Amino acid sequence: MVKERNLSEEFQEAPPRVSEWKRFWRVFFQRRIVIFGLVILAIFILTAIFADWLAPHDPYRGILKDSLQQPNSTYWLGTDIQGRDTLSRLIFGARTALAVGFITTGVAAFAGITLGLMAGYFGGIVNMVIMRIMDALMGFPLLLLALLLAAVLGSGIQNVIIALAVAMVPGYARVMHGLTLSIRENDYILAETAMGASASRTMLGHILPNALAPMIVLGTMQLGTLILAEAGLSFLGIGITPPGAAWGAMVNDGYRYLRSNPVLSFAPGLAIMIVVFAFQLVGDGLRDALDPRLRGLL
Amino acid sequence: MTELLKVDGLATYFKTESGLVKAVDGVSYHVREKEIVGLVGESGCGKSVSQLSVMQLISSPGKIVGGEVIFEGKDLLKYRANGPEMRSIRGAKIAMIFQEPMTSLNPVLTIGQQLTEMLDLHLHMNREMARERAIELLGLVGISGGENRIDDYPHHFSGGMRQRVMIAMGLSCNPRMLIADEPTTALDVTTQAQLLELMKDMVEKFQHSLVIVTHNLGVVARYAQRIYIMYAGRIVEAGTTKDIFGDPLHPYTIGLLKCIPRLDEEEGRKLVPIEGLPPNLINMPSTCAFLPRCSYKTDRCYREPWPPLTHVHDEHYISCYVNTKEKISEPKTR
Amino acid sequence: MNQKQDDAILDIQDLKMYFPVTRGLLRHKVADVKAVDGVTLKLKKGETLGLVGESGCGKTTVGRCILRLYQPTAGQILFQGEDISLYPEKRLRAIRSKIALIFQDPYSSLDPRQSAGHIVGEPLKIHQWVGSKAEYNERVEHLFSLVGLDPSMTDRFPHEFSGGQRQRIGVARALACDPSLIICDEPISALDVSIQAQIINLLEELQEGLQGLSYLFIAHDLSVVRHISDRVAVMYLGRVVEITRSRELYDNPLHPYTKALLSAIPIADPFVEESRERIILKGEVPSPLNPPPGCSFHPRCFMAIPECSQAVPPLREISDGHQVACIRV
Repeated sequence: MVKERNLSEEFQEAPPRVSEWKRFWRVFFQRRIVIFGLVILAIFILTAIFADWLAPHDPYRGILKDSLQQPNSTYWLGTDIQGRDTLSRLIFGARTALAVGFITTGVAAFAGITLGLMAGYFGGIVNMVIMRIMDALMGFPLLLLALLLAAVLGSGIQNVIIALAVAMVPGYARVMHGLTLSIRENDYILAETAMGASASRTMLGHILPNALAPMIVLGTMQLGTLILAEAGLSFLGIGITPPGAAWGAMVNDGYRYLRSNPVLSFAPGLAIMIVVFAFQLVGDGLRDALDPRLRGLL
Repeated sequence: MTELLKVDGLATYFKTESGLVKAVDGVSYHVREKEIVGLVGESGCGKSVSQLSVMQLISSPGKIVGGEVIFEGKDLLKYRANGPEMRSIRGAKIAMIFQEPMTSLNPVLTIGQQLTEMLDLHLHMNREMARERAIELLGLVGISGGENRIDDYPHHFSGGMRQRVMIAMGLSCNPRMLIADEPTTALDVTTQAQLLELMKDMVEKFQHSLVIVTHNLGVVARYAQRIYIMYAGRIVEAGTTKDIFGDPLHPYTIGLLKCIPRLDEEEGRKLVPIEGLPPNLINMPSTCAFLPRCSYKTDRCYREPWPPLTHVHDEHYISCYVNTKEKISEPKTR
Repeated sequence: MNQKQDDAILDIQDLKMYFPVTRGLLRHKVADVKAVDGVTLKLKKGETLGLVGESGCGKTTVGRCILRLYQPTAGQILFQGEDISLYPEKRLRAIRSKIALIFQDPYSSLDPRQSAGHIVGEPLKIHQWVGSKAEYNERVEHLFSLVGLDPSMTDRFPHEFSGGQRQRIGVARALACDPSLIICDEPISALDVSIQAQIINLLEELQEGLQGLSYLFIAHDLSVVRHISDRVAVMYLGRVVEITRSRELYDNPLHPYTKALLSAIPIADPFVEESRERIILKGEVPSPLNPPPGCSFHPRCFMAIPECSQAVPPLREISDGHQVACIRV
């Protein structure tokens, strides 16, 4: 046995504890516009959650005789052709957007990360097969692909989620693949193999945690894109249709009445724009706080 | 021999998120004509930053905050960093070679283009003359078949050859002084030997001065005539090569010599490491920076600020309160 | 099994490692990078063998072959008597606890997302070395103190340690499952000079204290290799050109490359330097894609004769334990 040293002589204090959290929050809140984005998102999420309490009227059923009203004291943003309150539909539309956004992201991220991780780690034929499929999918513009799939699957919120998820998977897979390749170059991955770690231990315990930060940034930014895509699909009449409350569908519905009741289209349109913008801002802030070197990459 | 360069009290500070880094904190040295001077220290000691400061190549968040750099009688620090005076000196009067041969050459320009750029800029040579001179220079640094290689790109050359090209570029305008910042650290040992011999031959041939910045004491033992040892932004010992190695006086110098393995050492020699960690340059105390690791310290070292560089004899100077010849070293070992 | 060899922990016989260069969509082979081209080495229990050479000599590849990070193209690797060169991954798992690796770069060799304690203790988990959580913690703390680190720092992250301390963490990780052999791949070249000595001493002390621990010390710095090794093997372009005791290598180098290598290394002593002979080689190290015929050193050799390009000189024993691959010796 090697004799125990007198530790106080051998080991100088490690450099003072650098709190990663403190630094993270400080950089994150550095730019006021990021805080602005965060506030918007908070409002958006809270609206979606508390829709039932916030909406003044029933978003799905309207009073026919109240159709196409201009904004007034009863209906703050007016009504649509069926007499449904625009404001309530806007509020419930937030819930749809949120659900679609988060669920789709969850599914797409899970699938994309898994595929990208395996392709990057195993290389060879696994890599070739997976990435060529991803390349093929990426060849289609996002909306077009989602459109095709939704047209095939039919309308309804479930199919919208599936269509969008499939369309978004290649994005995650690509980024994860690149990250895996660069993380794999580090000696600590070689150390894992040298000590006898299994492939799954290396992938899940070492590569994935180091790729998490950029993936979170990507996911946040993609959420905005998703909401836009969902709105696009509903606008085109695929996906969520009335009486379902979805912002894109609302823009579509109100299109005919642009001259007389512009609020019908503008309100949801504005909502989409603001929320997507907020996601981009927060994503930017997250990226800079986690690793400014990702600028240009994400 | 006359003095070519005299640096006096140079100070360069960096403002970082965590505090002020005094990368160079009152450095004074001189270089004479046709001399080879070694600037030795470990990473973070300020040796590279000091040379970049002389060339005024320091950019934000760094700033040269004090001192004088007298070259050919004029204080270079009085000139603006981007001004015409500095630009006419860089490359033409004082040239610098860097460590990483992989990144110090522009990958999208041919070797010829990079060489002739220097010649055009400073010597105003036309294309024909510059090209000829460039081929000549390549031959000088040992790259044979220059006419064939002059239109090659950097990636066609190995690391050693690229460094030769860097040396050729450095010498192209016949500078009075060449600064080589860790020029061979990234290269193999045998290539290192080739290049250092080449640089020495160039000094003899062209009679310019050479400043070698390195952490390798062997290199300066072999080539330098005078040596400056740096630690935490200051010079702690200065002297001729024989002074430094034959009669080291500063505890850091003594410590360094005791802890490096030597090719010719006795079997079973035990290295005596310098205890502790390299200094944290952020918010340094005013006392001697080597104090926590020193085995010769006395009470005086705790009370007084960092000792100034004092004359011992001839060209030998140290920055220390203790007479290491008399005091017994008390290392913190068990 | 030859009884005389039973104290050899590692016995490498004519090891070859070729990496194919492929072209085209169907990836057909056009050439081989002969990273290791016939290496024979032996390492005794408790010994330190230094493996030295410049870039492209194959020393790192030898280390990685031993660890079976690659599958050798040819040759045998006998570890404690067993030939592991062809073992499938499953059989290698058990061996991996016995051969450990220390890396050059203290910054990329530790997972930045794991605490130091977890990094050091991971081999224990993989090989189920300890039973309870308490035993695990005890072992990790013990490993920390073995390498001179304060055991209360196990929950700190790599970025909170200095380069030298991170290297100590790497050493602790290597020691986790009581290995018989540690392959040190340039373990100190990325550290400051004053810290290098600390790590060298640490490695020496560990070897003295832990019975039977052998090192394969791979480095390009011959001064360091000479200091820490009992024997040294010099490699050039995939082959061993000289092996002998480290003192003997300096006192009596036989191969011309070894002589050039020694003379290229400056000694921190101007009085000694003044009287040293300088051998400056011409040219550069050739690419392993296209090695010269016969002795791969002959184009740069100051002792070469026409016969040198005809055949690869075999490694011959000249005197007790001193082997050279040169027909001019």
